[in-house]
Order: sequence, then structure tokens, then C-alpha cells
Amino acid sequence: MTDTITETSTAEQAKNGQALVQIKDLHVWYELKKFGFSHAGYVRAVDNVNFDLNYGEAIACVGESGCGKSSLMKTILGLNIPTKGDVIFDGEPLTQTKGENLRRYRSKIGYIQQDPFGALPPFMNVERILEEPLIINGVKDKEERRRRIEKILEEVKLTPIAEVLPKFPHMLSGGQQQRVVIARAMIMEPKLLVADEPVSMLDASVRVEVLRLLRKLQETHNLAVLYITHDLSTVRYFSEYIFVMYAGEIVEFARMDDLLDDSKHPYTHALLEASSDPNADNALVQREIPKGEPPSLVNPPTGCRFHPRCPQFMPGICDVKAPPNIEVSPKHLVACWLYDENRGHAF
Amino acid sequence: MEKQNDLVLKVRNLRLYFNTRGGPVQAVDGVDFDLRKNEATVIIGESGCGKSSLAKAILRLLPRNAGTYDGEIWLHDMNIMNMDDETYRKEIRWKRISMVPQAAMNALNPVMKIGDQVAEPAMIHMNMSKEDATKSAVRMMEHVGVPVDFLHRYSFELSGGMRQRSALAMALVTLPDVVILDEPTSALDVLTQASIMNLMKRMKKELETSFILITHDIATSSELADNVAVMYAGQVVEVSDAHRFFHQPLHPYSHALMASVPRLRETIEPEFITGQPPSLLNPPTGCRFKDRCPKRFDKCDEEPPTVLVDVDRKVKCWLYV
Repeated sequence: MTDTITETSTAEQAKNGQALVQIKDLHVWYELKKFGFSHAGYVRAVDNVNFDLNYGEAIACVGESGCGKSSLMKTILGLNIPTKGDVIFDGEPLTQTKGENLRRYRSKIGYIQQDPFGALPPFMNVERILEEPLIINGVKDKEERRRRIEKILEEVKLTPIAEVLPKFPHMLSGGQQQRVVIARAMIMEPKLLVADEPVSMLDASVRVEVLRLLRKLQETHNLAVLYITHDLSTVRYFSEYIFVMYAGEIVEFARMDDLLDDSKHPYTHALLEASSDPNADNALVQREIPKGEPPSLVNPPTGCRFHPRCPQFMPGICDVKAPPNIEVSPKHLVACWLYDENRGHAF
Repeated sequence: MEKQNDLVLKVRNLRLYFNTRGGPVQAVDGVDFDLRKNEATVIIGESGCGKSSLAKAILRLLPRNAGTYDGEIWLHDMNIMNMDDETYRKEIRWKRISMVPQAAMNALNPVMKIGDQVAEPAMIHMNMSKEDATKSAVRMMEHVGVPVDFLHRYSFELSGGMRQRSALAMALVTLPDVVILDEPTSALDVLTQASIMNLMKRMKKELETSFILITHDIATSSELADNVAVMYAGQVVEVSDAHRFFHQPLHPYSHALMASVPRLRETIEPEFITGQPPSLLNPPTGCRFKDRCPKRFDKCDEEPPTVLVDVDRKVKCWLYV
């Protein structure tokens, strides 16, 4: 899944001819220890993940809890160290970045947390919250800091600015809190925004407003966005590409419309089947849900990790060898033996 | 309609105010709705509209600062608002009306085995012996799809979905008439959520139980709903059967709420509602939605009546007078 995936090239891209983020053969494993010292195996949270994210492009990562999407995100943010493989951000490999450089690396990525109230320090007012990243990153001029804070608040539409600045997080509504979080993520003018379920804690009526704001910021700043969610219904309005993760691996990668309208992997089918649109007829049907639960990542199933739950499981193939990434149509990759012509009999 | 006899729960003009330093907060202000046998009524509303307070008011689980608390709650032919607290506790709570609280999966006791926890309500409220209670707990756990060998496990050994199922089994073990589900699936994954919804659809048919589902998630609510009540700022603004509601909501707020749901299978752009719900401390006079309403006109400054638009369809809006 290493093809570059957009045709549109920005000036920056033309400069170095590379994607903004290149995830190469990324493995993030956490070591388990017995009695605190002797080795007792690994939790294989992210296993062999490859993708590129270009300048100004939005990509959605969909998966259930425990599928490794948070580990992937934390690695991109520079908070986890890859066990194997690398994240190359703006030409800089993460594994080679240390100390002061690592801090600079992190300042180029904005992070939007899931729970805005939990993400904002309760004892700081909005001005202080937004000033903090600027101070840490060495913007010494007070006027300059003030100017940037006002500009970003204008952009996230938290107005009137003079009224918002002295407020503490508990004095703001959920939607406003999330705007402060977005403003804080944007204040260092990052090239990449990582949004971890940015709207899941918000009310339905506010949700759309925040999604639109994110899209507008993405367009005006030519931002790359990694949008992480478990809710398929919000992704259509936001990103061009989408990938689905299951048990630490990417199982399907496609253009948004291709995936939503013509999904290939049985797991993607199941996710789509389980998501409902408001319709009174929903109450009359029993939905087909794969039995069981996601596997333990300490001892993942052999072969395809979805095979114990898969309705189209083929004994002797799926449980023996992990499926390769098969390109079913241009830029639509799926890791499933169903789409292999000789059904894996080649091995 | 002729279904009057099947009415399990009838709530009329229910009010619950909380006393605060700033004055009374009108969390539930004159709520009416009905619940029939083997059906589910969904209470839809955004955070802070009073839907969880409504659940507390029905179960009489009042916090210490509760002020005004009146109205009528008819359970079959009995107005349970007239009962004293002790009789209510003995006769109604959990025996006739039980509840699965919000984030129930984290509400389980970590130092008690699942089986004992599911059996406990039966022992306390139905005066069953330990053996009998355990037997009915096992039966209920089979019903909701928790493997019987989980009886001797602790809650931390179970996945989120299994814990949610156990909480549901706890609420159902006394075979109550009404189960109130407060956001039963909001903390769960998509697939788990769908299978819990499947389970509740089945329960609704198999057991003699009616559900009140309280949620802000409109798409999921349609999975279970027979009837819908939309709450806004402490009041019910629309009551309808699910079929007509999801097809054509009447109240401008219901309209806006439906339009704000991102759709998976359609490409309509969702719309958001400008402004914020009013404070319940000092709600505006007249219609409480008027400041955000696109169809506002002069009349809206007066308190709107509840209009019966069609059979079983009521809406609190001047547009339909």
C-alpha cells in the first residue's frame, strides 16, 4: 500500500517529490513482562502497516477499539517508538529523531483529542491554553503571541474574542470546548492534523458544525488530516481516502466512495451492515453481526486475523497463510483471499 | 386508538425541578408520554435537555436538591406518584420498573461475581432464596447471550459487550413491566452496539417487557423504536410513532435534529442547528426553541399548545394549530 495516492501535487510536494507522511512497514509491539522483568511476549498493536499521506489530503482510519488505531496515531505523533519500520514525516525519519529535534517534530503535528473537556486543563483560561504551545515553542514576543491567538480564534469562530479569552473550560459548551482544542492544535500552524474521534462526544446538532470547521481548516491551510473514528457515517463528509484496521492490520484501503459503496473485505461489510441510518424499518430486522469478539493481540490467529469470525471463511486457506494485499480496482486494496484468483493455492 | 388496554405506563404532566443557588432548574417540565406492552418508546434529545432527569423522575431516584416533583405516572391502573417512598421502593423499583444506567458496563461491582450480581435483585426484590435467584439469573443470562460459565467471573474479566449484557440481565431478572435504558450502547463499538440492539429487539418480543430507551443517537434509536418522544429544554415537543416520525418529523426541532444526522447510504449534506439550547434555570417564555427556529413567527412568544395532529401524533408547536 505504498503507492502515492493523489494526483494533485502542491508546490511543497513538487519540491521533494515525497508524501508528507510515509508509514513504512510499521510495527508497534508492546513488551509484556512477567514479574516486571522477564519477557513474556508482545502485544502486537500495529503489525506491518504501510500507507502514504500526501500534503493537503484527508485520510480516515476506521476500526474498533483495540484494533491498534490509537497506537498508530501515537506513533505518528512521536509518542511511541516503532518496534520495526519507520514513520517518515516531512522527510524526517522518526526513529532517527531525538531530543530537541523530536520536540520540533511534534510541534509540526496538531492533535485533536476525543474528549474536549478531558483534554483541556481546568485551571487555565482559554488565553493561557492557547499561549502555552507558543511559549514552549519559543515565540518570545508577547504581541506576536496575542496576534496569533486572536487569528486562530477568529478562524475557529470563537467570537467575540475578548469574551472568550478569559473563560475557563467549564464555562464553555461542548462544541466551544472542542473549538478550543482545535485552535490549540492549529496554533503552531502544523502540516498534519491528527483528529482522534473529534466529534464522538458532541451532540448531533453540533457535530456537523465541527466537522465542517475541520474541513474548512483543511482546505484553507492545505492541511493533511488523519481522521480516526469508529463511526463510518461521519467519514463520507470528510476524507478522500479511508482504510479499515482490524487486529493491528489494515484490511482494506480505498477511495471513500469505493469503500462505502463497494466494500470488499468481509469485515468492512460487517461494519457497514452494523451502522444504521435513521429509518423506522430498522426496528424490524435483525442485523447480521459476525460472532465473537476481536482477538487478543498477544496471540493473534494464524493466517487472516479475521478468519475465526468471518462468514466467508475458507478452511485450509484463510487459517493458514496471511492474505496479501490484492488490488481489486485502481487504488482499492484488500487483504482477503476471496479476491485472489488462485485462492492462495499457489503456496 | 384501540390499544388503550395495552398501556403499561402513562406519564402525564410530570415535573422535576432542582433547587440551585441560582433558582430552580426546570429539568423535566410537564412531560407526557405513553408506553405500550411489548413496545419501546425512545426519548431523543441532546445533552442537557432533561432526558436522564426524566428517567430519574420515573424511578424516583431523586438527588438531594430535588425541588418540585409532581404529575402523574400511571403504571397500568395505579398512579405510582401517590405511593409513599417505602412502598414505592418495595413494590415498584426494580420489581416493576428497572433501569440500565448510563455506562452500566462500568457500574458493575468489581468485587462481586457476575452471577451473584445478576441474582441479587431477585433475592432482594422478589424475596427469592439464593438457589432460586441463581436459577433465574442463569436463565436470564442465557436469554441475553452471556455464557453460563461467566457466572463465576468478575466484571473485569469480561469484555464491554458482555458486561453490558450482564447489566441488562440484572435489569431483567425480576421480569419487570418496564425497563429504562439510559444510553445503553453509547460506549460500545459498532459491532457490539449492533448485536446489543439485536438482542433488545429479541427481548422486546420474547419477554413481557416494554422499554424506554433514552438516547441522543438518532440513527441507533431507530433500531428499537416503536414510538418516539423528542425532548427539548425539559419539555416533550413531539410524540409520534416511529414510522411516521422517521419519515416526516413535524416539529421544527425534530426536523433540524434529523437533518443533522450524517447518513451513510445517502449523500445529503447534514445541517447543523445554530445557537444553543436555552438555560433551564430561566427558560424563555413561549416556545423554548423559538430563538433557533427557522420558522419562527409572532405567535411563538406565547406558550405553544400541544396539538393532536393525527392519530397518536402530538406536537407542541404553533405551526400546527
